[in-house]
Amino acid sequence: MNPALFIAQRLTAFLLALAVAVHLTTILYAVHGGLSAGEILARTRGSLAFLFFYSVFVIAVAIHAPIGLRNVIREWTAWRSRSLDVALVLFSLVLLALGFRAVFAVYAA
Amino acid sequence: MRASHTQRGFIAAMLHRLSGIALAVFLPLHFLALATALNGANALDSFLALTRQPLVQFAEWGIVVALAVHMMLGLRVLAIEFFNFHEKTLAALSICVAAAFAVGLALILNAG
Repeated sequence: MNPALFIAQRLTAFLLALAVAVHLTTILYAVHGGLSAGEILARTRGSLAFLFFYSVFVIAVAIHAPIGLRNVIREWTAWRSRSLDVALVLFSLVLLALGFRAVFAVYAA
Repeated sequence: MRASHTQRGFIAAMLHRLSGIALAVFLPLHFLALATALNGANALDSFLALTRQPLVQFAEWGIVVALAVHMMLGLRVLAIEFFNFHEKTLAALSICVAAAFAVGLALILNAG
């Protein structure tokens, strides 16, 4: 793997290990008694800690996931051309855009 | 390296990849679902009502387990690469998968 991509993948992996542990704990806590929009938004609305945490989470995921997919696609298929990198940069941008839109939606709701 | 050792490492790598692919497919949908809150709490509640169907709940359980599996197997990779951790692969794999299913079980017991 390209050294820069390897470092980016591993650095975000360390960050995501922590973020996912927090996220899983939140999920287990949140589903208790069933999910409702009121409960979710009460935790997220106007919370700067939430905004910061999930913004970092979205950025880390938008770096980590396309690099991981790139490795898998290059190893399992014949798609190794420049177009693969372009497609994965686009996927990263989609994750960033949709991710920030979602974070903003539940922060500012 | 023994053949069985390699095979167990292969199972761990395969589970790590498959869970990663599942998460990559799920993420955009997850973000789109959360963004329904842009249309107000009622819109998000309407979406959450859909998630109470058994098939959707099973898929949710699957994606939470996939997240836990991917995290645990990712920690395994980091431990091997950065902390010179000479793993007992079968034990490491078992712990990773067991921890992931514990999260899944906790999800089921906690929900509803």
